[in-house]
Amino acid sequence: MTEATLKPPTTATVSLPRTPAAPKDFKGRVEPDWCPGCGDFGVLNALQRACFELGLKPHQLLVVSGIGCSSNLPGYMNAYGMHTLHGRSLPHATGAKLANHELTVIATGGDGDGYGIGGNHLMHTARRNIDITYIVMDNQVYGLTTGQISPTSRLDMKTKTTPHGNLEWPINPLTSAIMNGATYVARGFSGDPKHLTELMKNGIQHKGFALIDVFSPCVTFNNDNDYPFFKQRVKKLEDIGHDPSDWKSACERAMEWGDTLYTGLFFRADRPSLDAAEPVLQNGPALARRPLGLTAEQQKALKARMM
Amino acid sequence: MSDKTLDLTIAIGGAAGQGIATPGNILAKIFARRGLHLYSYNAHQSIIRGGHILLMLRVGETEVLSHGDRMDLLLCLNQDTMDRHLRLLGEGGRVLYNSDDVEPGEADPGVHLCPMPVKQLTGDSKNKVIQNTLSLGVMMSLLGADFSLLAEALTQSLVKKGPEVVQENVGVARAGYDHAAANFEPFPNPLPQGPKPLAVWAGNDAIALGGAAAGVKFYAAYPMSPASGVLHWMAQNGRGLGIMVRQVEDEIGVACMTIGAAHMGARAMCATSGGGFALMTEAVGAAAMMEVPAVFINVMRAGPSTGVPTKTEQGDLRQVLGASQGDFERFIVAPKNALDAFNSMPEIFNLAERAQCPGIVLSDLLISEGTFSVDPDAMNLRPEIDRGELLVDPSPNGDYHRYADTETGISPRVLPGTEGYVHVVATDEHDEAGVLISDEFTNPFIRRQMVEKRARKFEHVARDVAPPAIEGPKKADVTLVGFGSTYGVIKEAVARLAEQDVEANQLAIKWIVPFHADAVTKALAKAKRIVVVENNFTGQFAQYLRGETGITAHAHIRKYDGEPLTPRHIVDGVLDILHQETAVYVPTQEILV
Repeated sequence: MTEATLKPPTTATVSLPRTPAAPKDFKGRVEPDWCPGCGDFGVLNALQRACFELGLKPHQLLVVSGIGCSSNLPGYMNAYGMHTLHGRSLPHATGAKLANHELTVIATGGDGDGYGIGGNHLMHTARRNIDITYIVMDNQVYGLTTGQISPTSRLDMKTKTTPHGNLEWPINPLTSAIMNGATYVARGFSGDPKHLTELMKNGIQHKGFALIDVFSPCVTFNNDNDYPFFKQRVKKLEDIGHDPSDWKSACERAMEWGDTLYTGLFFRADRPSLDAAEPVLQNGPALARRPLGLTAEQQKALKARMM
Repeated sequence: MSDKTLDLTIAIGGAAGQGIATPGNILAKIFARRGLHLYSYNAHQSIIRGGHILLMLRVGETEVLSHGDRMDLLLCLNQDTMDRHLRLLGEGGRVLYNSDDVEPGEADPGVHLCPMPVKQLTGDSKNKVIQNTLSLGVMMSLLGADFSLLAEALTQSLVKKGPEVVQENVGVARAGYDHAAANFEPFPNPLPQGPKPLAVWAGNDAIALGGAAAGVKFYAAYPMSPASGVLHWMAQNGRGLGIMVRQVEDEIGVACMTIGAAHMGARAMCATSGGGFALMTEAVGAAAMMEVPAVFINVMRAGPSTGVPTKTEQGDLRQVLGASQGDFERFIVAPKNALDAFNSMPEIFNLAERAQCPGIVLSDLLISEGTFSVDPDAMNLRPEIDRGELLVDPSPNGDYHRYADTETGISPRVLPGTEGYVHVVATDEHDEAGVLISDEFTNPFIRRQMVEKRARKFEHVARDVAPPAIEGPKKADVTLVGFGSTYGVIKEAVARLAEQDVEANQLAIKWIVPFHADAVTKALAKAKRIVVVENNFTGQFAQYLRGETGITAHAHIRKYDGEPLTPRHIVDGVLDILHQETAVYVPTQEILV
């Protein structure tokens, strides 16, 4: 091998648009590597459109994910991003939001990432009601690890790890989020990008923790919950006159899993978000932009207290 | 008590819930205000009520290096304390006890038994811990101190509870003081006065304050002994200092929030003990891969697993060295004492930010939960802050590569939110722009480039860390080598060995990584006998020393019973090693707590 071939290839310089003129201007440096037909394309497109229609600037947006097929999403966005650890998008996003509350923070990931390994964080992020929008691409299966059951897989589902059928009841992310204090809880379908875009726009504008669970079919590893399955069943809550301020009705609708699967806004409440309630953030810019170190008065007071 | 200069240890023993901390704190304040130095160690159990607690508070006219191995004044708040510790007092010692319900044991000749008729002296007080106040009065008299010192300290500490409480306590303290003056013989020398008032802090306070001085803006934690003191300090002071403080659902969340905040550009840290650090471990690697300067503090307690939650050990050295999968560098500092811990915080933040990598502080229960005096002028609350190559202004062109492969390996870092630098950081291996390399064709050239870049930046910054040096005589029969909190007790042992005509010196290691293998090898090249002193069973530090330098210690002093080393343990160990050729000396803990 000659010396020349040992030289690493240089990364192409891409100048991403600073003021998007179209949804496509929110596209990132690289194209998605998802399987053709994956539901996540619809989610990505809807998110790019939502960000565009809200007039967001890429540098004011932070997209944080965990690990999994859908967690590759930040790399496909023209925005600041953190592609973190499996199940840990929410605590990373929380730390980031608190350190720079001027940013719009969106967390993304899959059902295994958010409802399985990261399930504990979902519960606590919901009760904190921090101003983060969490978009979960729920395909009821583990895709990147090549097809095992997930926390939202149906009973009796056959996968590589449940060749005789799944014995474990799936979790309900919507009722969990409502019960734990999330203040915007919705469900979308990647096969209806227009509706999904609206849910995202409202979720991003909502001041508090927003969970948007999205039916995002895995065309490779889930033959049970494919596009036709959802297309035949999804029904918009808007069409049945659901009142999102009624948590009991929201939970009833969220519990339905049969011939009808509801999409839309299940629940919405007004409660101060953590970042709005936190006195440390009341005055001055983002924490990350404040001067470091102690003032002369602070030094004096701290020493006096120790004497 | 020494004839010349003050070196006195007060021990207060009782059950949890008997209020031992309060008289301890009041004494500490009185001594420090008088300019006297102190070092206190509180031996306790993982229990809220009951059990046995022994607070040892050693006070001196010069810097106190350890809690020592002697008691001069023992306050027994219950029978158990009397039964356990009376035998440890020698000639000239004083034992205080409530003669209403504690029976004195058989004391050595020369020990002064000082019974306190508590009911008679405190009258009809309904205060359950009034005997503590009474005892303080007695102790002040025995120490030959003016009563006004105590009256002032009590008033200050109780003022919030109202004038009646102050009045009752000062009255009872006075009764104790007068009773002692009439009945007990005080120590020969009255309490001296130091040159200037000193401050008092616990090691965890020092860590928290050091962080605040270093510019920490974000602190997260899950409560865990013996690290909770940092969280308590932060919760108390954070709001006023503009520090975001969060108690999080678990240590995984803690570590990830810390990284999230640090990546945004806020100096961020978190503290825990070994068990919590185990949960943080994956995130330490995430910080390394994303190149985020987050600081993790592990306050060691005796393990493994839940272990002995309220006891000390230096057993997590391997854990921090090997924390997280993969091959990467992280700074690891093991402070020698509370003041060193305070100073280590800005040091490690500067290093971590310059090298854009994780930093780990390795404290232990002895430092973190001990209470010490500190010269207020020695606390630099305005330390140098070096944030490394940080971009804060918008970029005019926008062709930013987060992981640009530079000569030093350091890629200028930007605060997210800045226009023109949009990028994604990833825990997957990535190229210079931050684009993942692992999903399609995993490019071996880029992988190698990035591994080398991260190693190079660490080396570039690590070379600025000062190497350790031998302390004490250049030529010595024995060179004692330790890391972290053993510094003070080894220093005291070296002085005591000199009194016995054994020449010893010390090589104290503060920086675990970078280790300075060359400097350590050179420092130990002429050592006649190398003895590694550490607070664990397997000799983790001795193995590390051998791995980094090829130097095999001649002998070892190891303690792993949950209690810290005292000077006597080391002196006895060195003598045993010199005379018996002992390979591993394990001291016996005399004070049973």
